Amino acid sequence: MANITVNRQVFQINDLNLWYGEHHALKGINFPINKKEVTAIIGPSGCGKSTFIKTLNLMINYVPNVRMTGEINYNGQNILNGKMDLVELRKNVGMVFQKGNPFPQSIFDNVAYGPRVHGIKRKTHLEEIVTKSLMDVALWEEVKDRLDAPALGLSGGQQQRLCIARALATKPEVLLMDEPTSALDPISTLKIEQLILELKEKYTIVIVTHNMQQASRVSDQTAFFLMGELIELDDTSKIFSNPSDERTEGYITGRFG
Amino acid sequence: MNTRLNFDSNLKQLKDMLIEMARKSENAIKESIDSLINQEIQKAEEIINNDTIIDELEHEINNKAIILIAKESPVARDLRKIVVSLKISSEVERIADNAVNIAKSTLHIGKEKHIKEIVDIPKMMDLALEMLSDSLNAFLTEDVELARKCAKKDDKVDEMYGRLIKELLGYIQKYPAQTNQITQLAFVCRYIERVADHSTNIAEHVIYLVTGERYDLNA
Repeated sequence: MANITVNRQVFQINDLNLWYGEHHALKGINFPINKKEVTAIIGPSGCGKSTFIKTLNLMINYVPNVRMTGEINYNGQNILNGKMDLVELRKNVGMVFQKGNPFPQSIFDNVAYGPRVHGIKRKTHLEEIVTKSLMDVALWEEVKDRLDAPALGLSGGQQQRLCIARALATKPEVLLMDEPTSALDPISTLKIEQLILELKEKYTIVIVTHNMQQASRVSDQTAFFLMGELIELDDTSKIFSNPSDERTEGYITGRFG
Repeated sequence: MNTRLNFDSNLKQLKDMLIEMARKSENAIKESIDSLINQEIQKAEEIINNDTIIDELEHEINNKAIILIAKESPVARDLRKIVVSLKISSEVERIADNAVNIAKSTLHIGKEKHIKEIVDIPKMMDLALEMLSDSLNAFLTEDVELARKCAKKDDKVDEMYGRLIKELLGYIQKYPAQTNQITQLAFVCRYIERVADHSTNIAEHVIYLVTGERYDLNA
């Protein structure tokens, strides 16, 4: 039984503490992240949710004066032990940010960027990857006739889907999304949400969101963070119908935070 | 700062509307039994006609609940409050329908002399209405213990119902010419027994509202 549980998890975080200088930003986090599921992280501003998601591919290392203790086990390997190949880690654990941030290059080159960095040069192979990635994010039909056009000419929603395609092009196992729709209109938001539901067949997704309806619509499990602590982690249907902790209830019903 | 003042005030209004509807239904049951005992044809007709007021209240409650769901995206206890209001309004509407049924039985019996003084039916009604009152108070105060107590009384109503039906059926042989009256009185017992059942259902909804768990009080 124990083995089955372990195999279901991509990440197992044990007693993770994080400090920005003196500020204790994450406090004793224990958090399993299940394979091919969508995990949503909710909580008020400053609760540590973006900090937490950035620890999963060690993007947090770019922030000065960060110190961490505990374990972040990725497929059984503790990525905090200093031996992790960061390029390899970030290839496997891709990230998408709040606002689409395409490179000032063509649509094609944006998606081909990652594979090229990882040494893929053959044009037909690159074309294959770009096509597949754009199809995966349902952008192919919209851009197939203008792959050489500048990516910055796309709409906000298209740019965000392009960035997801760019993240998928390196064939990651996990996709981290930090408020991926907060800058998008409602229809573009729903397209990304539909995309998330389709992508979870192949990928493990962790999404930080301020939009609680979004968390309830797309995720399998939801975590509620408050002041650096993981207050509650449970099935999304349980969290939004009958949460165990009063603080979770207060937050999701909009009565504090 | 109460960040959901407007929503909370709407939830309170929903609750108040439901209580108003329930009080009207409770009253309709009492009046219907009075009309039966005193053979008041006009009162029975009024009860039947006034049922539309209760039906209208149910529609208003349902509309308000639907609008709150659509506009406020309720979750957790807020969502349960609204869903439970929808459920309870339906139970209360059925209770009022039983008042109509009793009034119709009054009309069927008409002015025919009662085979005996009607004593046990009002007692059974008192018990069923006590259950209704308990379940509504449990809803008002979100009191799980009171909800559970309400359900316990249902056994007593069922026991009374069984006894009265047996007694009434016994009268058929004794008063064959009054079979219609006896049958109507048996129906009335059944209607009161249904009021108790609906009250138990309300109590179950209250338990769900408070705990988030389904509970079968008749199990």
